[in-house]
Amino acid sequence: MEYKISNRLRIAAIVLMVLGALGIAYGFIDSHSVNEGNITEYLANEAHHGGDHATDAHGDEQADTHGDTHADEAHVQDGHEVEAEGHELTHEEHVLHQLHNRPYAALYVAAFFFFMISLGVLAFYAIQYAAQAGWSPVLFRVMEGITSYVLPGGILVLVIAFVADSHIFIWMDENVVAHDTIIQNKEGWLNKTWFFIRALIFLAGWSVYRHFSRKFSVAQDNADINDNSYFKKNFRIAAAFLVFYIYTESMMSWDWIMSVDPHWFSTLFGWYVFASIFVSGITVIALISIYLKSKGLLTFVNDSHIHDLAKFMFGISIFWTYLWFSQFMLIWYANIPEEVTYFVTRIEDYNLPFFGMVALNFLFPLLLLMNSDYKRIPWFVVMAGIVILFGHYLDIFNMIMPATVGDRWFIGVPEIGSILFFGGLFMLIVFTSLGKYPLLAKGNPFIKESEHFHY
Amino acid sequence: MEASKVIHAIYTDDDVLMSAVKTVKAEKHHIEEIYTPFPVHGLDKAMGLAPTRLAITAFLYGCVGISVATLMMNFIMIEDWPQDIGGKPSFSYLENMPAFVPIMFELTVFFAAHLMVITFYLRSRMWPFKKAENPDPRTTDDHFLMEIAVHNNEESLTNLLKDTGAVEINIVDKDEDAH
Repeated sequence: MEYKISNRLRIAAIVLMVLGALGIAYGFIDSHSVNEGNITEYLANEAHHGGDHATDAHGDEQADTHGDTHADEAHVQDGHEVEAEGHELTHEEHVLHQLHNRPYAALYVAAFFFFMISLGVLAFYAIQYAAQAGWSPVLFRVMEGITSYVLPGGILVLVIAFVADSHIFIWMDENVVAHDTIIQNKEGWLNKTWFFIRALIFLAGWSVYRHFSRKFSVAQDNADINDNSYFKKNFRIAAAFLVFYIYTESMMSWDWIMSVDPHWFSTLFGWYVFASIFVSGITVIALISIYLKSKGLLTFVNDSHIHDLAKFMFGISIFWTYLWFSQFMLIWYANIPEEVTYFVTRIEDYNLPFFGMVALNFLFPLLLLMNSDYKRIPWFVVMAGIVILFGHYLDIFNMIMPATVGDRWFIGVPEIGSILFFGGLFMLIVFTSLGKYPLLAKGNPFIKESEHFHY
Repeated sequence: MEASKVIHAIYTDDDVLMSAVKTVKAEKHHIEEIYTPFPVHGLDKAMGLAPTRLAITAFLYGCVGISVATLMMNFIMIEDWPQDIGGKPSFSYLENMPAFVPIMFELTVFFAAHLMVITFYLRSRMWPFKKAENPDPRTTDDHFLMEIAVHNNEESLTNLLKDTGAVEINIVDKDEDAH
């Protein structure tokens, strides 16, 4: 069961990366073609295109899109519409920021999306070890292949965060912090040095677990038939990793995602992000397993394994919806102004992506994957998987974009370019790593049970 | 056509029972019924029983449940008396929907679960004071019983069942009232 990344796949991945890089470059050049010099002209042109829109949008932007970062200021402006002319400069600056933020945010969303897939697989992998699952060991090498993206993907996310700076994280802008008491009060946690130290600790912990787990898993293959010591080591580090993971994942979600809206907070946010991470990870395991099986490389994976993965996709999609709704409904119900602005901007400016994502991530998996027979049909699982992955991309998009570009969002060249670039990179790294060791972890003590698994 | 005479073959091991079922099926005899003290994995497949449709009924009952919840809440909260309760928007169902979702969810589960259980009782003919249809009390403890109708082939059938490892074979007149 040897696998080597085919030349066709490698070339496809490189083509995707080149196209993506062009798209990203275009995004930066295009957004910076608007600058302090011609922003007035730009807005005037925009006004010509739709008279109604310009006047409407003006009020909205002042009140909402700036919302989280300058909520207080925005409220004042909202109440003084008559004085709008006096704030014209602020409005132009504001639009300029949003335009300039867009390529950074597009890059960040795509980078995080592909990183979170491998992070979700890492958690799933550790759970399979800690639970001593008897069905999944035949999929371990696939999972190990996907988790090889954790370290490079994580580093890229951090590099983008570092370079983008206040383009994504408004609290990294000293001028803003100086006028913002709420952020000042959070400075003990939200400051650039400490943010990156924490991020490096998280990433180091996850990568170290990944490194040793892979090492022990391969060592177990070559160990004596009665020697399970590497498996036991893997079991122990998996249990320890899961404890570490649930803390760091939670903090990571506050740092890397929730802090783009530094005026807003939600207690179940960490779980919510985790559900997104987890379901995307499981979906990618299913997709790659089906791909490799279709190539005749995973003869020991039968339709019961696919069925189990599809059950996980179904169950965790519903878990994600449960958390999404819990967060939304609690805030909607109590309607406390400082919390609810988060959803007001999303419902007003992101109506289709915000509710469309719920349909993609809940209704589709619910109806497609409810039937037991459908969960065994590869093309059905692939179809549902693509819908789920697109839905969770939108989920991350909805988390980051409203805080960075406000109502000036679009899924255009910068966004699609970023997806292509990181998608290509993900494919290249994952499939190269899949080719390094045999696809069957034959030393695992549960491997016989797993090969004969049938539901 | 109900046979008046049936043969009861008794087994003491579920593996022996499974292979006996396969042999009897291969000989094209119709198995009337099998009594076991616990679920034997794969027995339904070996007997060639059709898969259950209980899950489909549960899905349909769930659809009924969510409809009942929606219609009820829409009538009470939106149409009949749309009061302002704590500033919640009661102008349309959609506007106030998040507040109704917990009820919609619970009623979906309630209808799906309870109606499915009742369907199960009706289909398997189970109710209080129902007379037990147990041909041999040992089948609730540690014996397995296979019942096959006899059509003037007592001897060949007996020999076949003997070969499959039956520990006891009885030919009984079927009591029609027991059904």
